[in-house]
Amino acid sequence: MLALRVIPCLDVKDGRVVKGVNFVSLRDAGDPVEQARTYSREGADEVTFLDIGATHENRDTMYDVVSRTAAEVFIPLTVGGGVRSVEDVRRLLLAGADKASINSAAVAEPDLVTRAAEAFGSQAIVVAVDARQVSPGRWEVFTHGGRKGTGIDALGWAERMAAAGAGELLVTSMDRDGTKSGFDLDLLRAIRARVRVPIIASGGVGTVGHFVEGARAGASGLLAASVFHYGEFRIADAKAALAAAGLPVRPLAEVA
Amino acid sequence: MSAPMRIAVVDPGSGNLASVLRALDRAAADAGIPIAAAVTRDAAEAAAADRLILPGQGAFAACMRGLAALPGMVETLEQRVAAGTPLLGICVGMQIMAERGLEHGVTPGLGWIQGEMAPMTPRDPDGAPLPLPQMGWNTLEFPAGGHPLLAGIRPGEHAYFVHSYALSGYRPDQVLATTEYGGPVVAIVGRGNVAGTQFHVEKSAAVGLRILANFLRWTP
Repeated sequence: MLALRVIPCLDVKDGRVVKGVNFVSLRDAGDPVEQARTYSREGADEVTFLDIGATHENRDTMYDVVSRTAAEVFIPLTVGGGVRSVEDVRRLLLAGADKASINSAAVAEPDLVTRAAEAFGSQAIVVAVDARQVSPGRWEVFTHGGRKGTGIDALGWAERMAAAGAGELLVTSMDRDGTKSGFDLDLLRAIRARVRVPIIASGGVGTVGHFVEGARAGASGLLAASVFHYGEFRIADAKAALAAAGLPVRPLAEVA
Repeated sequence: MSAPMRIAVVDPGSGNLASVLRALDRAAADAGIPIAAAVTRDAAEAAAADRLILPGQGAFAACMRGLAALPGMVETLEQRVAAGTPLLGICVGMQIMAERGLEHGVTPGLGWIQGEMAPMTPRDPDGAPLPLPQMGWNTLEFPAGGHPLLAGIRPGEHAYFVHSYALSGYRPDQVLATTEYGGPVVAIVGRGNVAGTQFHVEKSAAVGLRILANFLRWTP
């Protein structure tokens, strides 16, 4: 059985983790490499780095972080934030990322997704869909960390991006992000009904039960940041909840 | 001290091979086997290696094209395989070991393993289509029983898959492991001194590192 993926997301700025995990064992809570290694040991099925405030000048720092992480962490690594060109994708993959996540640049230039997928395969291309509900059953795509509306219908956009070559969609509810009130399940179900590619649910996790809800709404991957960072519960707790609900997980016993 | 085992990671031009090298180095260190692993596009380097790794990403046709564009590489691999050099294909590198691929038209493969890479059409027990690509950690089962590459791995342990095509028309005795995604899916193939994993060993954590270590110890 294909296991649900539990995915911690690390916000990275200038090569440092912005919100750090409070594990006592960590020597340097700001080091993304050490954080990723810890999450991997804790049973993470994949790790996502989000380069926040990515600028042209500090990209090299991120490539270095990715390269050092890939040397030590043998699970899939996705990197998003500031991915604007096929060359950006190439450099991330060569540094050791498995997938590059494209958001704002896909809106500005939808063809970028197709060109990147043709160059590296769909499996390496994630499109991040940041959506905000505008009316019942309707969501709008936002960019720039949720600050800029685009007027684009999120459901149609998800369909278009899957057709353009995205191998996976990272669906973030901007309404739920940071609220700890759970994923936007209607949004997940609506996108699941329209696309065949796997969906990663993001935005709103506050309890382990939210992972179960997200999985039942059709998500293949379940992403969270702050609940893990602040040690509110651990990856093993999320997996235990999924397993208790009869959903398949990769058990912690296989990690070490 | 004996000379390190030379491992050639053949680059068909699809990119990220750093992860394969890093995982090999880690597996070798864990196993206490000195290795010298390098990515190569040079047939002479591949010919001189003690063991060969054939990775691959993207499409079947592009991977075959990339390999064929390296002067003498396909012939060298065929010679080394015939001479008994152990070879491990990974993901699309495993796929091109089949007779042909059906992605973007029909493309002849290396023909070391019987069957063709056909599009998957997985459905859940209710008949609803499952997501494609299959992306994530799935369980391994070993229909044929033990094999040196599987030493220390228990049925039901997980490996990391990313694919939309799967081997069909295969010979059961060339299938070392399967997984389940709307029906059985070939996960590891093997014939003599060649083997291939549909999943990414280099991204499959402890299970993947163990398979790599087993490959380094393998004396087919």
